[in-house]
Amino acid sequence: MEETIRFKLNGKKTELRTDPSHTLIWVLRNELGLTGTKWGCGTGFCGACTVLIDDEPARSCSLPVSDIAGRKVTTIEGLEKKGKLHPVQKAFVEHEALQCGFCTPGMVLTSVSLLKKNPSPARQEIIEALEENLCRCTAHVRIIDAVMAAAKEMKGGK
Amino acid sequence: MKKNEEKTTRPSVTDKDSGMKRRSFVKLLGGGIFIFFQPWNVIDMLPVPQQQQRRTLTKDYNAFLHIAEDGTVTCYTGKIEMGQGIITGLAMMMADELNVPFEKVKMVMGDTELCPYDAGTWGSQSTQTFGPAMRAAAAEAKSVLLDMASAQLGVPASQLEVKNGTVIDSSNDRSVSYAQLAKGKKLEKYLEVKPAVEDYSKFTIVGTSHKRVDAIEKVTGKAKYTGDLKIPGMVFARILRPPSHGARMTSVDVSGAEKIEGVKVVRDGDFIAVICGNKDRVDEAIVKIKAEYDFKELPVNDKTVFDWMVNAQSRVSVAREGGDLDTGKKLSDKIFESEFHDPYVAHAAIETHTALAHLVDGTMNVWASTQSPFGLQDAIVNEIKMTRETVRVRTPFLGGGFGGKAAYQQGVEAASLAKLTGKPVMLVWTREEEFFYDTFHTANVIKVKSGIDKSGLITFWDYHVWFAGTRGSDIIYDVPNFKTTSYSENRSAFQVHPFGTGPWRAPNNNSNTFARETQIDIMASAAGIDPLEFRLKNLKDEKMIACLKSVADKFGYIPAKTPGKRGIGIACGHDAGTWVAQIAEVKVDTATGKVQVVRVACSQDMGLCVNPEGALIQMEGCISMALGYTFSEEVHFEGGNILDRGFDTYQIPKISWLPQIDCVILDRKDKPPKGGGEPAIIAVGAAVANAIHDATGARLYRTPMTPERVLEAIRKV
Ligand code: FES
Ligand code: FES
Repeated sequence: MEETIRFKLNGKKTELRTDPSHTLIWVLRNELGLTGTKWGCGTGFCGACTVLIDDEPARSCSLPVSDIAGRKVTTIEGLEKKGKLHPVQKAFVEHEALQCGFCTPGMVLTSVSLLKKNPSPARQEIIEALEENLCRCTAHVRIIDAVMAAAKEMKGGK
Repeated sequence: MKKNEEKTTRPSVTDKDSGMKRRSFVKLLGGGIFIFFQPWNVIDMLPVPQQQQRRTLTKDYNAFLHIAEDGTVTCYTGKIEMGQGIITGLAMMMADELNVPFEKVKMVMGDTELCPYDAGTWGSQSTQTFGPAMRAAAAEAKSVLLDMASAQLGVPASQLEVKNGTVIDSSNDRSVSYAQLAKGKKLEKYLEVKPAVEDYSKFTIVGTSHKRVDAIEKVTGKAKYTGDLKIPGMVFARILRPPSHGARMTSVDVSGAEKIEGVKVVRDGDFIAVICGNKDRVDEAIVKIKAEYDFKELPVNDKTVFDWMVNAQSRVSVAREGGDLDTGKKLSDKIFESEFHDPYVAHAAIETHTALAHLVDGTMNVWASTQSPFGLQDAIVNEIKMTRETVRVRTPFLGGGFGGKAAYQQGVEAASLAKLTGKPVMLVWTREEEFFYDTFHTANVIKVKSGIDKSGLITFWDYHVWFAGTRGSDIIYDVPNFKTTSYSENRSAFQVHPFGTGPWRAPNNNSNTFARETQIDIMASAAGIDPLEFRLKNLKDEKMIACLKSVADKFGYIPAKTPGKRGIGIACGHDAGTWVAQIAEVKVDTATGKVQVVRVACSQDMGLCVNPEGALIQMEGCISMALGYTFSEEVHFEGGNILDRGFDTYQIPKISWLPQIDCVILDRKDKPPKGGGEPAIIAVGAAVANAIHDATGARLYRTPMTPERVLEAIRKV
């Protein structure tokens, strides 16, 4: 039943022998040790498990691992470049856009994806992008502020 | 005793257990300076739910502070970090008291082996009660260090000062660091008297804003929560659950699950689980188990529960009483009678209850997302028959708690499975299990009868509260004739709740505040007096008055009678020693009943504010979270069957619900710090209900204020 699945994970070519029907999140967390991707519901309703597939946010709790064959997957662990935080991560730290931090990886990745498509989002566009990511600690105000700040920095910077 | 070791007299040990802990603790950490202190009264002050107060409290010295040979200061506390930021706030207090850089302070939290006993982290108590005790210990540590430095430098301690972890004799231009003092030492100190704490005004770190120390770990995915841990040989588990509370298994067939590759069925009577190293497999296997049940459920559902409660055989007690209600009634020009209903509400942290357990050499090691590691330790000791010495509970980061993780059933389950299988067992509750076994904020009924005289002064206040407790039931207003009667569960006579209930962020204070502040608004409106003025007129409480005035200022409030078609509502109250006042502004779509909160202004008096930025975050969080109980959160059920078991039907606040939030924290540097993690949640429901009334003239007596209920109320106008 096992198959070899090839894909790009956080910039690196990756080859994995696994059951293709397994859920992406458990493969990431349990087989690849990438526990930054969180599990909050398993049914696609919370967004804690968000990863980027070809730069688009996807819910890894609701996808079989076979879906990522030949594609580019980014998890929260893949955002730092040479030990430097991604501007969105940096902005989340600076704006204290988190409390318990459990929703944070999903929030950060969804925001990274938004800024890639839309480098200068309006407040309302940020809200729409993050609407389906739940945060029970309700760090909402700060998350929006952080994404605004990151957008600014990314345009101004490199 | 070796030359470089020293012990001050240790008081008699009354608790063997804690004495053991102290010894192993010193052995474990090696050299340095150890301070043991008794967290005076701290534990006694905690409003611990009765059933959790299992352990007889030790009178022994049991809180720890360690200054290592490299000068690192570590504080060991049984409290846990679940997002509320005490890992930062407590470290700040410690740094200030000891005059060391903030970065030099480490917090070790919620490890039953290393940390002193603590009943649990709840009730906004950490900063308020544990903080001062910890500071006192730090002050003592500092005086020990100063004595040592004085001996070493040959000058009286009074001539020394400490900066950045270094003791300085400025007159002779000499200095010695804490690290140098602790080097090669093994010094145990036992605090006997409560030392005077430093004057708040001298603080340099406390009162300034500090970034969360855990932020970088959390944005990079490196922060470890219980579910992120892995032990070689670890298996995942799923447990067979009954369809409803009160259902009893009559027969079961597990053969379907056994057929799944790699899956083992574990059984101990009615406790049936499947385990496998692969998470997908256990999820697949558990649904293959076929079981039949007998149902013996309570005849109540989410609609009938309010009558059910009022008619229940309950324990009646008078919480507060003064003056004479009949006299008050006679003085009244108008009398008002209202009844308020609140539903069961879920905690719904994004991280579900999770635990990893592993039995090694007779010791049960458990890592669990719980607000009460010691409570879990005791539960394991009791339920799977182990001794306290052989159970160690650790708490990695928690993905939210809000009171829901004061319960720790998952930790006991994981430990049972680890014992039954001998394997490291990881148990991650599903979202359904999380809802099913949640200890909900209780549904409740509140009936108020009150009156005003011709001038708009409140004449009497007759308040009856069913199953919401008395937290937040203070009248707060200056009323001459009052009585608060509380009806609570008398379980031996009558079971009220079909499922678990427990503390929810500011336990039930939001229900009491909703009822009181709505009733106040009803009276203000009938008196034809601006609701802010009405409140001020009836208040003597200086703190409440100050909060109301400052929030009005922040909001730019213009006095007017209500309803005034503006959509502005006020509410205030206090919780955990913190006073709070809020003004909400709403827009009501009268065609659909949908309400959008445009703005919330909030003013808070929380005594000395240790970490202003952290406190603001908590206030904003409370206000946003409150929109859930205000608009959508309600657990539907039929008997013991919980109908809402996921975020599809149980709606928690989304980012688009967010109003503009403007917060003020009153400057109270001279007052002891009070709780900040919960108070701002209490008043939002009432402020919004009053704002809806102001906009439409419709009165809401029931949360959540769903569009249907708002429409219905509008129709009644
Ligand atoms: S865990 Fe995937 S959406 Fe909740
Ligand atoms: S920070 Fe806790 S859920 Fe978002």
